[in-house]
Amino acid sequence: MTARIGVVTFPGTLDDRDTQRAVRLAGAEPVALWHRDKDLRQVDAVVLPGGFSYGDYLRAGAISRFSPMMETIIEQAKGGMPVLGICNGFQVLTEAHLLPGAMLRNTGLHFVCRDQRLRVETSGTAWTGDFTAGQEISIPLKNIDGRYTADPRTLDELEAEGRVVFRYAAGPVADGYGNPNGSLRDIAGISNAAGNVVGLMPHPEHAVESLIGTGRRDGLAFFTSVLKGLVSV
Amino acid sequence: MSLDTVKQAEQTPETGQPWKELGLKEDEYQRIREILGRRPTGAELAMYSVMWSEHCSYKSSKVHLKQFGEKAPRTDALLVGIGENAGVVDVGQGYAVTFKIESHNHPSYIEPYQGAATGVGGIVRDILAMGARPVAVMDPLRFGAAGHPDTKRVLPGVVAGIGGYGNCLGLPNIGGEVVFDPCYQGNPLVNALCVGVMKHEDIHLAKASGSGNRVILYGARTGGDGIGGVSVLASETFDATGPSRRPAVQVGDPFQEKLLIECTLELFREKLVTGIQDLGGAGLSCATSELASAGSGGMRIELDRVPLRDATLSPEEILMSESQERMCAIVEPDKVDRFLEICEKWDVIATDIGEVTDGVRLEITWHGEQIVDVPPRSVAHEGPTYHRPFARPDWQDTLQADDAGALPRPVSADELREQVLALVGSPNQASKEWITDQYDRFVQGNTVLAQPEDSGLIRIDEETGLGVAVATDGNGRYAKLDPYAGAQLALAEAYRNVAATGARPLAVSDCLNFGSPEDPAVMWQFAEATRGLADGCLALGTPVTGGNVSLYNQTGETAIHPTPVVAVLGVIDDVARRTPMAFKDPGQLVYLLGDTREEFGGSAWSQVVHDHLGGLPPAVDLEREKLLAEILISASRDGMIDAAHDLSDGGLVQAVTESCLRGGLGARLVVPDGLDAFTFLFSESAGRAVVAVPRSEEMRFTDMCGARGLPATRIGVIDGDAIEVQGEFSLPLAELRAAHEATIPALLA
Repeated sequence: MTARIGVVTFPGTLDDRDTQRAVRLAGAEPVALWHRDKDLRQVDAVVLPGGFSYGDYLRAGAISRFSPMMETIIEQAKGGMPVLGICNGFQVLTEAHLLPGAMLRNTGLHFVCRDQRLRVETSGTAWTGDFTAGQEISIPLKNIDGRYTADPRTLDELEAEGRVVFRYAAGPVADGYGNPNGSLRDIAGISNAAGNVVGLMPHPEHAVESLIGTGRRDGLAFFTSVLKGLVSV
Repeated sequence: MSLDTVKQAEQTPETGQPWKELGLKEDEYQRIREILGRRPTGAELAMYSVMWSEHCSYKSSKVHLKQFGEKAPRTDALLVGIGENAGVVDVGQGYAVTFKIESHNHPSYIEPYQGAATGVGGIVRDILAMGARPVAVMDPLRFGAAGHPDTKRVLPGVVAGIGGYGNCLGLPNIGGEVVFDPCYQGNPLVNALCVGVMKHEDIHLAKASGSGNRVILYGARTGGDGIGGVSVLASETFDATGPSRRPAVQVGDPFQEKLLIECTLELFREKLVTGIQDLGGAGLSCATSELASAGSGGMRIELDRVPLRDATLSPEEILMSESQERMCAIVEPDKVDRFLEICEKWDVIATDIGEVTDGVRLEITWHGEQIVDVPPRSVAHEGPTYHRPFARPDWQDTLQADDAGALPRPVSADELREQVLALVGSPNQASKEWITDQYDRFVQGNTVLAQPEDSGLIRIDEETGLGVAVATDGNGRYAKLDPYAGAQLALAEAYRNVAATGARPLAVSDCLNFGSPEDPAVMWQFAEATRGLADGCLALGTPVTGGNVSLYNQTGETAIHPTPVVAVLGVIDDVARRTPMAFKDPGQLVYLLGDTREEFGGSAWSQVVHDHLGGLPPAVDLEREKLLAEILISASRDGMIDAAHDLSDGGLVQAVTESCLRGGLGARLVVPDGLDAFTFLFSESAGRAVVAVPRSEEMRFTDMCGARGLPATRIGVIDGDAIEVQGEFSLPLAELRAAHEATIPALLA
């Protein structure tokens, strides 16, 4: 049976259709989920896509976390369902306290759109099994509130428990390397302790076809990873 | 102030009215009185004043714009032409594409962030109103001198506004231009283009028909922003000592617009909309009068039903407000419930404000009292027409006689090398990445090519790979030297850019930015440019589908360079066949297509090295442009070239530098026989491109060019990490990159 992966649309979500395409290209069935519903429609995993839900008013992700759909997702995530938050979705996950820390305005104070080089720090999450630790990938980054921050103790904990999943890779900025926004310890993405919930600022769903965008397909492995996990369960 | 009703207007013919303050001329006011057979009410006066503004009525320009219809080339591709919110083009496979370019110049000078943001918002709603899903935006921008302090105020605000609004809508920004010139000091040009895609059967029109159908206003509440934006702001020359115009600038909310887009597309999907119009310039005055005028004529509106942000607004203000993110739909009565349900789903406020009647008058009431009773055509489509005097300015001959070919040229290889570095690092030729990296180009996952490529290319069908390409170009320096040729050169460049990426050019949209039409010299430039563009479109077979005119871009007596900005839309059957600009395969051969002559008038070289503007712009040969485009498209389709880049401002050395930097590889070039190195590198002759040809394809490619009569000259090979011009100089890519990429951040960051 084909795995069903839900993609949530909040008011102001932008990358929902792109994420559905990525899910389809990875071989799963994308299922559209609406923020006002509570029913997860029997999906096996959920992606919270990027965008500006509720216009990022108040704080990015701050309003969406209170939606009926998020209530169900929070509950299911605590029970082990794989959840991936991309960009605004990552912000929603931190606001929902499924992941620690928060995102601040980029140090350059500008929106940054570029092909970003990342280092995958662990393959031990539901969404990174198809990578190898230490592998470098390039996927698009595009945000204005992308500067990951947390208190030093939380950061130490994340590192000690192997929950820093992606870091901005060191190298020449002109070639897409480097920390683009001042994120603490170059953190681009993290997971919860169980590894089923992952959030990151860059966009794997924009790197799934060789002709489109940057022409790289490094993002596809996020979705194939979760599929393998679901099949093996 | 008491309510000025129709009844009252009939009884008090002598009441003084503020027609002058609202931007009307005396004869225009008298004509309104003649049309109505009485003095207008305050509300009617408000409507006429905004709808008869230069911005809405095209009163100075329309006698010239007529040519776009009269000289339109015969084509089967045009599904909807000039006059609707945007033109619609058939791109095959059942798809239709709509696109349009508009200006938001004046607001962007006064309030750069909101001016630019609402410029994006407005053009997106135009595209949406045609029934299409917006799929991409582009922004051709022009600012004063790069180093001027006011540029540092205006540019970052404009860029942040475009990004802040466009990024939030989920529309990839795939191209445009950024040009600096002192002539735009105080009059920046902020043009915005949007492209939308639909199926043929989904085309919607701005037309109210069917007596008894409901008029539904939906989207944001109406506030006091943007009142008189089109009349007092866009239709007058700025006066430094005048009052602050900021209340005339609209304030945007992209989140609301995103909801409006998704909501409207769902309304279309369920076929709930009979006619639709967005609310932009002139707000409700425009939407109601245009819908009624294009339909059967009769409409009754209860203005007090309009949801307000500010309860103290007068009916006149409500009619003139340009509050953003609003749409007006005509809906059959039995579909209203479902319509409102979908709006509720998207948290969009929707209000039934009136109905289509079987009469011929637009009637508006305010708490039961009639305040408007007009023939809608007289408001929307029968505004004044001016035949403004125009005359070739006496300085034109002097300007053209000041030949750029007589300027001192570099006398040594070292000097030539220095001038190349100065050129590629000059603000106009430098990399604009600092700006474009603030725009999302990836969203929607269909972007095949985006800036700095020759054109933006978007896939519109995942199965077949069908795609559309769009390029915008303009060169105010050329147009100043010769407005007729300048307009054609802008058209030719955009056409060439589309073809360079492998797409077949189909149609044109234009944004005509000029000074005050009250100056006969400016009016002559406008007349020449429109004539040139209409003739050019006829020759190339690409009809003008719509666009926008922006006049009064001048401060005091000083007008901007005449700046026609031309957008060309093309189609490519399979985006897999697109041609990018990067040189990325060592050993491939570099060919120069077209003829190179000593043409330096208006060139980047004359500007950068000599701060000079004079002489004649490059010669236009539209037959040659067509041939070049055919070759570029054939070569792309048949896999004969792996890269192509159009030659325009900055000439060959600029194009080769961009292609090399994009691909991370150098090139060894040889100056062809019959040319000197300087002309080879810096000439701006039109109708040219450079291409990268794999050695295995060389014979086939040169045979094709030879058979069709296009000069193709082998000028070098892709190799190494420097651009080397044999016998002249060698410039390491690292040095070129530093010069090319450091300029804009140094000026603005």
